[in-house]
Amino acid sequence: MSTMWERLRTVTQSRIGQDRIGDTVSSTEVLQFRAAHAMARDAVRQPLDVQSLLEGIEGLGLGPAAVVASRAASREEYLRRPDLGRRPADLTTVPEGLGADVGIVVADGLSTTAVAAHAVPMLAALREVFAGRLTLAPVVVATNARVALGDHVGDHLGVSTLLVLIGERPGLSVSDSLGIYLTHRPRPGRRDAERNCLSNIHPPEGLGYAAAARTVAALVDGARLLGESGVRLKDSSHQVTG
Amino acid sequence: MSRFRETIGPHTFSFGHLVEVLAKASPARSGDQLAGCAAETDAERAAAQRVLADVPLTTFLTEPVVDPDEDEVTRLIWESHDTQAFAPVASLTVGELRDWLLATAVAPDAAARLAGVAPGLTPEMVAAVSKIMRNQDLIAVAAAAQVTSAFRTTMGLPGRMGTRLQPNHPTDDPRGVTAAILDGLLLGAGDAVIGINPASDSPQATADLLRLVDEIRQRYEIPTQSCVLAHVTTTIELIESGAPVDLVFQSIAGTQAANAGFGVDLAVLREGMEAARSLGRGNVGDQVMYLETGQGSALSADAHLGVGGHPVDQQTLEARAYGVARALDPFLVNTVVGFIGPEYLYDGKQIIRAGLEDHFCGKLLGLQMGVDVCYTNHAEADQDDMDTLLTLLGVAGVGFVITVPGADDVMLGYQSLSFHDALYARNVLGLRPAPEFEQWLQDRGLLESDGRLVHLDPESSPLRMLGASA
Repeated sequence: MSTMWERLRTVTQSRIGQDRIGDTVSSTEVLQFRAAHAMARDAVRQPLDVQSLLEGIEGLGLGPAAVVASRAASREEYLRRPDLGRRPADLTTVPEGLGADVGIVVADGLSTTAVAAHAVPMLAALREVFAGRLTLAPVVVATNARVALGDHVGDHLGVSTLLVLIGERPGLSVSDSLGIYLTHRPRPGRRDAERNCLSNIHPPEGLGYAAAARTVAALVDGARLLGESGVRLKDSSHQVTG
Repeated sequence: MSRFRETIGPHTFSFGHLVEVLAKASPARSGDQLAGCAAETDAERAAAQRVLADVPLTTFLTEPVVDPDEDEVTRLIWESHDTQAFAPVASLTVGELRDWLLATAVAPDAAARLAGVAPGLTPEMVAAVSKIMRNQDLIAVAAAAQVTSAFRTTMGLPGRMGTRLQPNHPTDDPRGVTAAILDGLLLGAGDAVIGINPASDSPQATADLLRLVDEIRQRYEIPTQSCVLAHVTTTIELIESGAPVDLVFQSIAGTQAANAGFGVDLAVLREGMEAARSLGRGNVGDQVMYLETGQGSALSADAHLGVGGHPVDQQTLEARAYGVARALDPFLVNTVVGFIGPEYLYDGKQIIRAGLEDHFCGKLLGLQMGVDVCYTNHAEADQDDMDTLLTLLGVAGVGFVITVPGADDVMLGYQSLSFHDALYARNVLGLRPAPEFEQWLQDRGLLESDGRLVHLDPESSPLRMLGASA
């Protein structure tokens, strides 16, 4: 690669200045691309290792987590039928009416590798920011799940504010990015405009756990004060987080 | 008894409504299954296709797919229908229209006859006939049709294939955008438009990007047009405040409700067109609209229901979006075929089929039709599928394709075509860029005398100062 392309590669992640062979690119470039795509595909297609995740959560001292499956029976059905991923198959494993301040659902979403890599340390950081201030309901792990599945879980748990930690749709450069969606007074039928979202959590390149946890804590405080989450909370969260 | 009945083998299938016939006649795709309107079995689909083939074209002029009392797109389609242009096919059924199109496609005056009939065809007729056409039929007729449009370049001339240079950056960083533009220009891309999807929706960020690209265009005297793909209302405001707007962009869909979901109606789209035209910035033509569409956009906005509450299939709704586009005399239209996700087009087969349908329908309706040959990482598709679709579209005479550095859009997080991919298609199919842009490439020493692109390092290229500024 020429010196100028090497320098320009520092101003954008774009695949500029690829080594050209004839009208196409070198084998190295083709294979690099294919490896990145393979990681992104595996992130979507590989099922979540629920057992390891449960052990990790237990190891944090957050107690045993409940597991909920969505109505999508497979990864393929999950991709084809977003409506099924938004609804739990059965909530009998989840404790009812606990009335805690904050509930947390860990959902596989579109990247199981993101959840495998970042969910447990993210939970540790969240536990720290809420410790001594707000009560946490037991964590619920949800498989083949989309964000809105959390509304059913949060309603069932009876929590004031629900956080859904979920794997984000993988890109070629980052396939393990975690997002957190906050819904105040969760109940089935909440619209996306009634949520707040923090995305791009994947240290070291993306947002770190402690910084994400501080922002989430500020959003939770803001939602409790405002009595709602969503578009109106978004504006004030800038003030809270600076 | 239903007038829509057909027997396949031991089974007789009946369909309650024209909307149901259209949906069940559609080649299989996940979006119609999600909407609950797809054929349940292959036999039901084959039956629906035979029923559809027997429907007279005039039926589409009296039986609405979406209620005209509630939908301005239907009213637009009916009110703008040209009965004189329709005359050559007025007595035909859907099946006979397929035969007419394929017979016409091999006639010496095919392009003129297809262009002549275009104002007489409605989106629903074109969608219907596409459903009973094979991929090669869609390619053959599209290849025979010719649609030209002009602003600073002329698009759609025979033997040409344009490219949109899409230099997106996750934070709209001017240096990152400039570096991607340099990469594209050195690889011969950008004759259709240098078009940026802004990461920010602020008018200021859009204005900054417009000035950045316009300055590059003027400094290097590049015969092309720029576009920042902001909302039409933002662009109208920017025109009023003096920003250098060449093309007005907007995503559009095939129902009034879906367009409302995009925050637009026909009136505001026309307002955008008039505003940009009033600037008179095109020197070859004055077509100023750049429109994007994609199968599934109406369903994703829950705005896909037709008469009687029947779900309308996504391909028919897509063709209706071209009906909207046609009223705006656009310079460019493209479908973002694989972008909307696997819940609408599940895999490479469905994306390839939809890309060919969209291109055929848009071009037959008289649009300068391009395709964003693309997929997301949760679709069952890869670069091999994109190679296939690009090659087929090149054969079908596609107006332009979207190109990004290394096929990887780092802002929108999906894979489109690379600048190199377009070179491949131009090489194997003998296609060239728009003439004005090709001349510029030659004048700047970027093209060999045989039309092949010179292999240049940026430092030794005539654009080296562009690299130095990034």
